Amino acid sequence: MLLSHLTVVNYKNLEQVELSFSPKINCLIGNNGMGKTNLLDAIYYLSFCKSFTNPIDIQNIHHAQDFFVIQGTYQRSENEDVVVYCGLKRKQKKQFKLNKKEYERLSDHIGYLPLVIISPFDSSLISEGSEERRRFVDSVISQYNKLYLTDLIRYNKALLQRNSLIKNNLVQDDLVIDIVEEQMAQAAEMIFKARKAFIDEFVPLFERRFNEITGANEHVLLQYQSQLFSNDLLFSLRQSRERDRIVGYTTVGIHRDDLEMLLGDYPIKRTGSQGQNKSFLIALKLAQYDILKRSALLKPLLLLDDLFDKLDAKRVERLVRLVGGDDFGQIFITDTNREHLVEILKATDLEVNYFFVDNGNAIRY
Amino acid sequence: MSFQTYPSALLEATVNEFAKLPGIGRKTALRLVLYLLRQPTSDVEKFGNTLLRLKHEIHYCKECHNISDTDVCSICADRGRDRAIICVVENIKDVMSIENTQQYKGLYHVLGGIISPMEGIGPSDLEIESLIERVSQKGGIQEIFLALSPTMEGDTTAYYIYRKLAPFSIAITTIARGIAIGNELEYADEITLGRSIVNRTVFTY
Repeated sequence: MLLSHLTVVNYKNLEQVELSFSPKINCLIGNNGMGKTNLLDAIYYLSFCKSFTNPIDIQNIHHAQDFFVIQGTYQRSENEDVVVYCGLKRKQKKQFKLNKKEYERLSDHIGYLPLVIISPFDSSLISEGSEERRRFVDSVISQYNKLYLTDLIRYNKALLQRNSLIKNNLVQDDLVIDIVEEQMAQAAEMIFKARKAFIDEFVPLFERRFNEITGANEHVLLQYQSQLFSNDLLFSLRQSRERDRIVGYTTVGIHRDDLEMLLGDYPIKRTGSQGQNKSFLIALKLAQYDILKRSALLKPLLLLDDLFDKLDAKRVERLVRLVGGDDFGQIFITDTNREHLVEILKATDLEVNYFFVDNGNAIRY
Repeated sequence: MSFQTYPSALLEATVNEFAKLPGIGRKTALRLVLYLLRQPTSDVEKFGNTLLRLKHEIHYCKECHNISDTDVCSICADRGRDRAIICVVENIKDVMSIENTQQYKGLYHVLGGIISPMEGIGPSDLEIESLIERVSQKGGIQEIFLALSPTMEGDTTAYYIYRKLAPFSIAITTIARGIAIGNELEYADEITLGRSIVNRTVFTY
């Protein structure tokens, strides 16, 4: 899939930008705070109907203006242009259009223009709690398994019901909590199965990508951790009910699942250097790209924000060769240093467009 | 939000009362109050008295807990209705919807809500115990028909009643779930469509 043309008006600090992109590699170069990441964010917006960094739409309008427009021309298949338009005016509903026809529901659009972004924000996958990692797993699975999300919503709702039952100690008969636990167990089984199947498919892809970036000199492991491997959830819920009443929340279930990340037999959170962490995260995201490509049946866009920071020269070179290869489609890269990028890309003889981003404007070199 | 100032405390008090109603904001409340002020005194008196009488004189049927002007509602009192089947619904509006279909000739039982621990509503806050009593003491009831919304809370409630009624040898049925009549198949969501396929029925016309 290609994004051939992009128009941005008043989005964040971008006042008026009009760009035509290369089908392979596009480099956005500029100093800090000039709008490189905002340009990537505008592209992200057209795929996901929201900003990557700021979920409050109104704050994404240029502060001196009262509307923004982002419009992109895509080719999902060759010579077949589709135009995606997003406009937001203060105090009005967001308009999202495909070929001038407005969507009834934004959720109908999500997934139509598959995209993966690799950015410094990914580091929360390692540094933060298990919730971030579950969110990552859930977002990848729900892209190809639509029932997954409804099971997840059902589970979370039942979980909230159980929590309020044990917290408020409502003196009711136990039949209500019996039923809620059965509903949890039912949904949890589907979620557990889907997560297990996903990890089995994901791990080999991840390991391959990690080895490609690092030159295979480190050993990594991703492991799905869930209480459901060893215990039947319904039985565990029944068993922990009294203890849960004391602590005031539900201590067993798939909302406690985690994705263990090991680097050379130890948790990467403790042992990883910044460069190792970054390599690990990039491999995670590239594996996500592989899965998405498989289910969407086309090559997603790949956005690389501040990618080369913290990586050694060897890894950078391997990475560029990798994403420049046939496995990947159109790429957008930001960096602060032009010479640096030119140096890296010179060796590859790929088709590259360079753009200079300065103070909310972008022009092609 | 800016607070309006009212020229009269009485006016403000009335607006406050109207704004307590569901779906009515302060602006609409003011419009309604000013409208009432312009009406003949007799009309406004009738309006107020009707409200008071409604609250003082309305009855809940002692059989099915439907709203009624008498101790036993007109449906329960109707000898022409099938007394072997009871339709269990969440609230009075559901009784009216089902009655409007003219497809149902049995009796009702209004729960007055559904089980929702998050909102602090448990079985004892609802008319579930009285349903069990009806089944165990009345005799002659052959079918309990659960017409509850297909939400998680509706399912919890249905399942709860099902368990409570397990000792009695009566049929327990529930409303069919699936594709709405007149809808295009392609617009049905996956869950509904999926269930309709699992629970497909023999073709008849």
